Amino acid sequence: MANDVKPRVRVPKTASAGEAIVLKTLISHEMESGLRRDSDGNIIPRKIINHFTCTFNGEVVIDVALEPAISTNPYFEFEAVVPESGTFNFTWTDDDGSVYEASEEITVG
Amino acid sequence: MQPTKMLTAAAALMVVFNGSAIAEPVDDTLVVNDEIEITLRAPAPEHLGGALGPEVLSGWLYREAETRSVQRDDFENPGMLAVETAQGVWETAEGTEDKSCASCHEGPESMRGVRPSMPKINPENGELWAMEQYINDCRENRMGAEPWGWDSQTMRGMTALIASVSRGMPVDVQIDGPAQSYWEQGKEIYYTRYGQLELSCANCHEDNNGRYIRADHLSQGQTNGFPVYRFNTTGLVSLHNRFRGCIRDTRAEPFAVGSPEFVALELYVASRGMGLSIEGPAVRQ
Amino acid sequence: MKITRRSAMMLGAGFAAASLLPALPLYASVEEVEARIAEFTGGETPGEGGITLTTPEIAENGNTVPVSVSAPGAVSIMLLATGNPNPDVGTFNFGPLAASQSATTRIRLASTQDVVAIAKMSDGSFVQARNEVKVTIGGCGG
Repeated sequence: MANDVKPRVRVPKTASAGEAIVLKTLISHEMESGLRRDSDGNIIPRKIINHFTCTFNGEVVIDVALEPAISTNPYFEFEAVVPESGTFNFTWTDDDGSVYEASEEITVG
Repeated sequence: MQPTKMLTAAAALMVVFNGSAIAEPVDDTLVVNDEIEITLRAPAPEHLGGALGPEVLSGWLYREAETRSVQRDDFENPGMLAVETAQGVWETAEGTEDKSCASCHEGPESMRGVRPSMPKINPENGELWAMEQYINDCRENRMGAEPWGWDSQTMRGMTALIASVSRGMPVDVQIDGPAQSYWEQGKEIYYTRYGQLELSCANCHEDNNGRYIRADHLSQGQTNGFPVYRFNTTGLVSLHNRFRGCIRDTRAEPFAVGSPEFVALELYVASRGMGLSIEGPAVRQ
Repeated sequence: MKITRRSAMMLGAGFAAASLLPALPLYASVEEVEARIAEFTGGETPGEGGITLTTPEIAENGNTVPVSVSAPGAVSIMLLATGNPNPDVGTFNFGPLAASQSATTRIRLASTQDVVAIAKMSDGSFVQARNEVKVTIGGCGG
């Protein structure tokens, strides 16, 4: 499963200072709720992305605590302002301790 | 038919179809990524003889706004995650010949036009083959690699990738000449009532499209969106798996995924949607 | 017990449903939901207005239900699904570079129920919005 986890982010290439820009993120992940049983009747252990962050040049845009009620392949859409050119960093933290990362540059001009 | 049996069948139908609830498919347009125009309504092919009315309609038009909207943008379409994975597989050399898809076919864009003509007579043996068979033929005979399972995740991803490069192109299958006998076999299956509920494909998708089957808005059962990403399974669903699910729900023993019967049915149902755009991977509930 | 065709069908449906059912309670109690809210607000009763929760009236499949929430001036927004086995959905915390205190995601709803969003505002007050989402049960294998 871990090998299939693939983060995707959509960030505009350019923006003007102070403009509200829309960011979208989607990561391939089962979000196994821990409430389901397999065909033998055993509970399938919980394994979800439990934390998502987006920062820009080290400052927080959004920080999300996720519970098992977030759908498979978690999707987020939100808005950011960028004061200067720089880098967005995105992290997704898995129950198993893995952290999946993505980053995207943006030019402010 | 015995009178008692007739009664049960009639009662089952009354339960299944909520006769009074008819909801028209929506009047909406679909341009994927603001770029790929999708034909959602096409003049019904002549061979239908008016069975679906003047137009054939994409299943997208039968879905709620929230479901429809996810297909408008590849970023939001989770089916495209599988397509991206398949792009990596496309370039991965495998087998005794150490070849990848890309070794012979270059980029996946070279497959544009393939999906609309599937399933198609293989000129080498005169058999009707689905996309999955052509892929496995390449794997076994050109790459010297193991074939993929018809309904495996890797195969569904690859058929989605190959469909995706033909999005916007009209379904255009050959149904005459060497394909005709297969087409007729598929048509017979389409109109045969199966299972304890004694339902044919036509009972739901021809006679009752637009009505509700319990809470589900029945479409014309078009195949142009396959493989589809379903919210239900949160994964890609192959066409044969959908066929199997439909027949299972009539409480019958379905044909096998990848069986000649389902390939024939695939051709016939595709021919009912001639002119509709390829949408795969489409997004459905 | 005489097994009629109908009762056999019902049994079949029951088993099918049971195989998908969790080991935990089927849905959260009202007290549990209220406790979650009280925990978030420190016992304060949230006010109305200043928060917009956008949900579909009818969700075709409870596995993937789009939800948007917006509360200008909020520090954080908590989402609850009152009819799920566990009402927690997630909490959005907005940083200094959030252009708006709004977010969209996709959530799982076990059945028709109310979705609740509670925002903590920068002045320490709380506002709440509540929408009902009807979750349909598919006809075929749905």
